Amino acid sequence: MKVEPKQVEDVAAELYIRALKMLPPDIKEGFARLTASETDPTAKTVLDTMVRNIRVAEDTKNMLCQDTGIPIYKVTIGRNVAIEGADLQRAIRRGCERATKEHPLRSSVVHPITRKNEQTSCGPGVPPIHFEFSDEPDRLLIEMVPKGSGSENNSWLKMAIPADGVNAIKTFVVDCVLEAGGKTCPPTIVGVGIGGTSDLCVALAKKAATRPLGSHCEDPEGAALEAALGEAVNLLGVGPQGLGGDSTAFAVHVEIAATHITLNPVAVNMQCHSARRASAAFSPTGVTFGY
Amino acid sequence: MAHHVLTPPVTEEQVRALRVNDTVSLEGTLYGVRDANQIAMYDGKRPTRFDMKGHAVIHTAPNVRRVPPSPQHPTGYEPVCVGTTTSARMERFTRPMMEQHGVRLIIGKGGLAQGSLQAFRELGGAYLAIIGGTAALETTWIEAIEDVDLDDLHPESLWKFRVKGFGPLLVAMDTHGGSLYDAVNGEARSRRANTLAKLGVK
Repeated sequence: MKVEPKQVEDVAAELYIRALKMLPPDIKEGFARLTASETDPTAKTVLDTMVRNIRVAEDTKNMLCQDTGIPIYKVTIGRNVAIEGADLQRAIRRGCERATKEHPLRSSVVHPITRKNEQTSCGPGVPPIHFEFSDEPDRLLIEMVPKGSGSENNSWLKMAIPADGVNAIKTFVVDCVLEAGGKTCPPTIVGVGIGGTSDLCVALAKKAATRPLGSHCEDPEGAALEAALGEAVNLLGVGPQGLGGDSTAFAVHVEIAATHITLNPVAVNMQCHSARRASAAFSPTGVTFGY
Repeated sequence: MAHHVLTPPVTEEQVRALRVNDTVSLEGTLYGVRDANQIAMYDGKRPTRFDMKGHAVIHTAPNVRRVPPSPQHPTGYEPVCVGTTTSARMERFTRPMMEQHGVRLIIGKGGLAQGSLQAFRELGGAYLAIIGGTAALETTWIEAIEDVDLDDLHPESLWKFRVKGFGPLLVAMDTHGGSLYDAVNGEARSRRANTLAKLGVK
């Protein structure tokens, strides 16, 4: 299957805008679940307003949130996909720039030292573009996440030691949720990375935070831990927007990697209630958009 | 738990009448402030031509579209999506913003800390919580972008919006030392030990 860079550019632009405007169905279901179980009257009002905002965004074809985030792309390349890697990378960046200028979107990206905003949503190393490979024939998948800063500012890494055991992981997650309070725009998806190296651990936390609701860690120990932590953090009473209530998190998601005999790393990355993402699958019959 | 409709500029007396858990809707003028413009004004001593005395500010940096200037869009900016950012990053600017520019009301999300609460008590100010991440809805309360200053910092310019029925906003920090965030955080921290025990952590 031959894929033209221009097609990729168009899709990369479209994905950024779609992600900002259309909340995935699993997140909407998450809202329905929390609304049904919430007992705090203020929290109920807050959740209702969030749900109302989703409707207004759809009705007015507007963005859900003003924060256009840091644009993040992930490309999964199947078998028999023909496109030059460097062209693919450049096409995604061009698409991201075009969406920013043509829609227009607020460019939320600045140089980290000069703080200069090029008004393109791009800069050194941004958008990050991750590559993975699959055995699926004739398929190219591009996924996009505009990662909001309210939640991204609530990111932590702890290089715990083996003697601290799994208790260090549990305690760290609970303390991160307390520390985040309302700053991270709860209800959140609390992404937890366990194991790996320091950088891999942080990447796992981000992967966990941006996974669809209802998905589970493939590792059974990780899956058991995410269920227990999900129940626990909602006992804290932080609530939507940190104004109190039962609905602090939609879920806790865990991703794991093997680690060194001397390491016990844990990272937390959160996704806000505007848990936006979009995807596009290229096949020989065309492009299919999804979440 | 009263509802107040305020049309800034407001007096100190009007702000001191607000109590935590009251609600507020704003009419008229609302200024948009952000990290970069507050760093410029209060660290960099850059002046603004705006008179924010007695006014309300919102922690924001909007999505806007450039259009030909017209009576509806005098600055040549049309609002596209106007929302609210996390206030905590701008905690240290509350006091200078109140002392130097006379700002009385801060609209934001996630709350501010003790320094701001103290400034609200001493100088007469309040924090009004908006629901973060509901920008599509908020945009429907914005009538126009009336003016813009420090636009070299775009989108972190200093914005002047005209709003209609902007709210309801929840009074979350008042002049009487009340803070919903302190109350919720205190309660949440008191539940930490029990939560960890449920997870089997001793």
